[in-house]
Order: sequence, then structure tokens, then C-alpha cells
Amino acid sequence: MIHLERLHKTYFGAQPLHVLKGIDLDIAQGELVSIMGASGSGKSTLLNILGILDDYDEGTYMLDGTLIKHLSETRAAHYRNRMIGFIFQSFNLISFKTAVENVELPLFYQGVSRRKRHAIAMDELDKMGLTDWATHYPAELSGGQRQRVAIARALATRPRIILADEPTGALDSKTGVEVMQLLRRLNADEGITMVIVTHDPNVAAQTGRVIRIKDGVIEHAAR
Amino acid sequence: MLSLLNEIWQTARRNRLRTALTGFSVAWGIFMLIVLLGAGNGLINAQMANVEQWVDNSMTVWGGTTRVPYDGLKEGRSIDLTVRDIHVTETHFPDHVLKVGAVISSSSGELTYGDRYVSCALRGVYPVLADINKVKLIAGRFINETDLRYRRKVCVLAGRQARELLPSAPERMVGEVVCTGSLAFTVVGVTKEDPSDMNTSLEVPFTTLQTIYNKGAYIGNISFSFHGLPTEEANETFETAYRAVLNKQHRAAPDDRGALYIWNRFTDGLQMAKGVSIVRTALWVIGLFTLLGGIVGVGNIMLITVRERTHEFGIRKAIGATPAALLRVVIAESIIITAFFGYIGMLLGILANLYMDHTLGSRVIGNGIFSTTIFVNPTVDLATCLEVMAVLIVAGTMAGLMPALKAARTRPIEALRAD
Repeated sequence: MIHLERLHKTYFGAQPLHVLKGIDLDIAQGELVSIMGASGSGKSTLLNILGILDDYDEGTYMLDGTLIKHLSETRAAHYRNRMIGFIFQSFNLISFKTAVENVELPLFYQGVSRRKRHAIAMDELDKMGLTDWATHYPAELSGGQRQRVAIARALATRPRIILADEPTGALDSKTGVEVMQLLRRLNADEGITMVIVTHDPNVAAQTGRVIRIKDGVIEHAAR
Repeated sequence: MLSLLNEIWQTARRNRLRTALTGFSVAWGIFMLIVLLGAGNGLINAQMANVEQWVDNSMTVWGGTTRVPYDGLKEGRSIDLTVRDIHVTETHFPDHVLKVGAVISSSSGELTYGDRYVSCALRGVYPVLADINKVKLIAGRFINETDLRYRRKVCVLAGRQARELLPSAPERMVGEVVCTGSLAFTVVGVTKEDPSDMNTSLEVPFTTLQTIYNKGAYIGNISFSFHGLPTEEANETFETAYRAVLNKQHRAAPDDRGALYIWNRFTDGLQMAKGVSIVRTALWVIGLFTLLGGIVGVGNIMLITVRERTHEFGIRKAIGATPAALLRVVIAESIIITAFFGYIGMLLGILANLYMDHTLGSRVIGNGIFSTTIFVNPTVDLATCLEVMAVLIVAGTMAGLMPALKAARTRPIEALRAD
């Protein structure tokens, strides 16, 4: 599903920062993978590149057999919309949209009709146990509920892969456990490939494979 | 489309005050533009209405005072036109002069009908004056050639006079006899009353007045219609030649512009058209600059909006928004704000114009002798409204374009990192 070969990424500022130093990585379809590492190790940069939110400088990134390199922003948006679902630590819900409107948004960019996307969004929220909260704004929801709305949004387009950046980082431990259970169930039931960036060893322990990254290099990718 | 509108509505609702203030600046710009154009049209229409009282290819000539010594005579000599000048006008310029008429006047007196009376001055006219002055009658006819030939004691009453003499039915004055001094005239026509017309002349055949008052050969002025002078240059050439011929009749220098006063309505019309064009352009320029202030405001607000929404745009990009989708939503928002509030401004401007028309439209100013309409129909037509709408849409697009491009070009990861 994901194939990285000698991937390099440098941020060119006043002091060039070589963040990723030749990453080689393969993630199979349906895998549940966690990426661990200290702050500044490059794990979030790697996740951003996997999500086509950021470019890389050297190497190869193949996503489902397609070379992801020098894509136009329109094509990148297309891949993000059709293949990838994002879950962020800070949820990244749009504050002035209700829960259901947030979930509908990626479908809106797919050109799905108003009625159909509403039905899909309500179905996803129902799966998350949020039917009663559909018309509430993010500010009216708890952290766990917000993250479940974000997961519903990520799932709405039936993506092949979900990229989660510290999905439990802003949640209390109980809610964090619930969210992880949800992600594991989605991985097991629907075969969605999941890549989770985390600091938390407990979260990592629930994944099928832990990839440890240090100073821009994969230190350990044990199954 | 509905989804796009909903998106824009949500954003506008989120920033009510900002949207309202932005909208106000656009609405004010359009309001001012419409009011200025309406007021300008009112002034222009009034001028055109004043000019349109006469046939535009006609001239009126008065005798003046010589400015230069000539042929042994001193300057400052008063020139009085005579019947011979009518003949000269008719015969010397057959290629251009069509119909010639003249006017003589008598001192004012009292016009009576039964026990009612009004003040009046007799004016001896040629029938051609009906065409040149575009005389409109509500009853009867104007002075004709037969009246002129037989020196008939007939007259044409001004509408105002007729109304004062027979308020219940001024048009029924036709066929009645009115008296001035010891003279009696049969009314053959009544002219239409015009609020800007302060004329109190009683128009009688030229020859009748000439005979009754023993005016001899002297006349007041000559009016004639012409053709074949399509340009300002051709008119100037004709006037120079005409002046030279008539000045010669009165032993004045051929180029003495003081000896004769020529009022050429055609060149006046051309100058008026130029003036109207300048006024229109000036009003558009002023109005557009006023509007520009509003548009810059929209652009500025849109820039701030895009800056504030950078993170949100990052989220949208992460979940699949293409640059074109963001471009569309920002430009559409700008156009909708501009068009919506602009439309309100336009409607208010039209209402203000209608109010102006109601209160000032067709208002006449005068000093008792001469009067003029200064404001007629101060409104804008549908075409202008459509032009203004087109300006709005273009302006809205321009205002939104730069912020939209900024939003579309920002890389998703940078947008997500924004506060």
C-alpha cells in the first residue's frame, strides 16, 4: 500500500534542517502501524508526506502503486480526498459547522449531492454514537466526541488509509482508550490501513507494528 | 450552487458586523453612484428639454452695435434689422436657407375678454415661427400665410393667457374676440401651456402689426431654418459669409461680430452634446471612485478574512478541497457580498432619485421674464442599472481575486500550521 525508498526531507531556513534522512518503509494494505519517536525526530513530517500535505526532496513514495512526486495541488487534493482520511490531535473540525456538516465536507469536495452526503454523514455519526449530537457545533462537544466526529469525517469518503497524528493526545486516558478501540475495530472490520503517530507506548502497544524513528532515520520497524 | 451559497452564508453569519460594515461601504458607493448619475441626468434632461424647444437647425439674428469703424462711419453704431434683411437672407443663401421668418414687437398693454384681462405684448410673427419654435397648440391653428397676406386681425393666445381669460375651458377661446387698447383680434389658436414658459405675447400676423403700429421696414429679429450644414466648421463658414452679407447691408465691417448677434441652435446643440458628454463622464468617474472606496474595503476585508481562515483552509485542503474550490468560494463570497449590498445600495439610490424627481423634478426657476427648468426626471435608466450591476460583479471579482489566489496558493501544511 505504502512504499518509501530513501526518502529525504530538508527544511531550508536560515539553518537547513535535514529532517528525514533516507527513510525506507513498506506498509501493507490493512496494517495497523504506529510511528513513535521523540519530538523533532521527523515522525510528523513523515506522516505529512504520507498524507501528501508536504513534499519530499529525494527518494520515492509509492501510494497504492502510484508515484507521489511533484503532484499538482489539484491532483494531490484528489488523492487526499479519495484515498486518505486524516485524524489530527487537535481534531481540526471547522468551528462554525455542525458535526454533521463537518462530516459532510469531504463529500462536498467529491461532488456528492446534498441529500446523499447528509445521509452518509448521519450514518457515520450513528456508527460513532453521535446521532443526537449531529447538529451541535464542535464547541458544544467533549474532546472524545470531537475526535469521534473527526474519525467520522475521515471515514465518510471510504478511504483506503487513515493517517492519525496523536489521535489520543488531547484526550483523557479513558477517552483515549475508547478512541483507540474504535480505530482498531475499524482496522479489523473494514480493513482500513492505519498509520498512527504517537508518543504514547500504550497506544503503540495496541498497533500491529511499531516503527521507531530517531533523528530522521527509522531505528526499528518490528512487527 | 446551493451548497456554495450555504458555505458563504455560514461565513457571513459568523462575522455579522464585519459583513455588515463591508456591505455598507459597497452599498454607499453604489448609492452615491446612482444618485450622482440620477442628478446628472436630471440636469442634462432639463438642458435638453430647454434646447428641444426649438428646431436644432435654425438660427435667429438680431441687430447689434458696431465695434469697429467702417466705411467712414464710427464704431458704436446701432444696427436695426429691416425687411430688406429678410429678403437678403432668403435670396443670398439658397443652398442652405430653407424658411425665413421675422418678429416685430410692440409695447405691452392689456388684453381683455369680457370683464377679464391680462397683460400682454403684441408680437408680429411669420408662420414659419411655428416650426422653428416648435409651437404646440391645444386648439385652433397658428398664424398662416393668408393671415399674413391679408393682414388679418387674428391672434394666437398663449396657454396661460387663455387660462386666465377663460379658466373653465381655455381651448374655447378659439373664435372669440379679444381686445387690446382699441384693437380687436379674433383668436385662431391657443398654445399649450408650459410651466417654464413665461411668455405673455399675443402673436399676430407680422404684416398686421407692421401696419397697425406703423413700424415701417424695421423688424426685431430674423429666424430661419437651414440645411446642408452638418458640422461646426460648415456652420462657422456659413455664419461668416452670412454676417459679411448682412453687415454690408448696414455698412458695417464684414467681420464685425458686434454688428449682428447670431444664435445658431445647431452649434449650441453640438456644444451642449459635448458638455453633456463631459458631465456624464465626470459623474461616472466621481461615482466609480466612490465605489472604488467600497471595493477596496471589500478587498481588504476579504484579505483579512482569508488570513483569519488560513487554518480552516488548511483543514479543507487536507480533506480534499482543490485550489479551484477555494478560489471559487472566496471569489463567490466577494461577488455575493458586493452584489447583494450593491443591489441594496442601487435600490436605495433609485428610491432617492424618485424622491428627488418628486420634489425637484421639473422645478422651474425664473425671474418673471425668463425662466428655465433645471431638473427633469433625475433618474437612471435600466441600461445604466445593468451597467452598474456589471461594474459590481467585475469589482466583486477583482476584490476577491487576490485574497482567493492567496488562499489557493498556500500549501496545506503551511495553512494547517497557521494559528
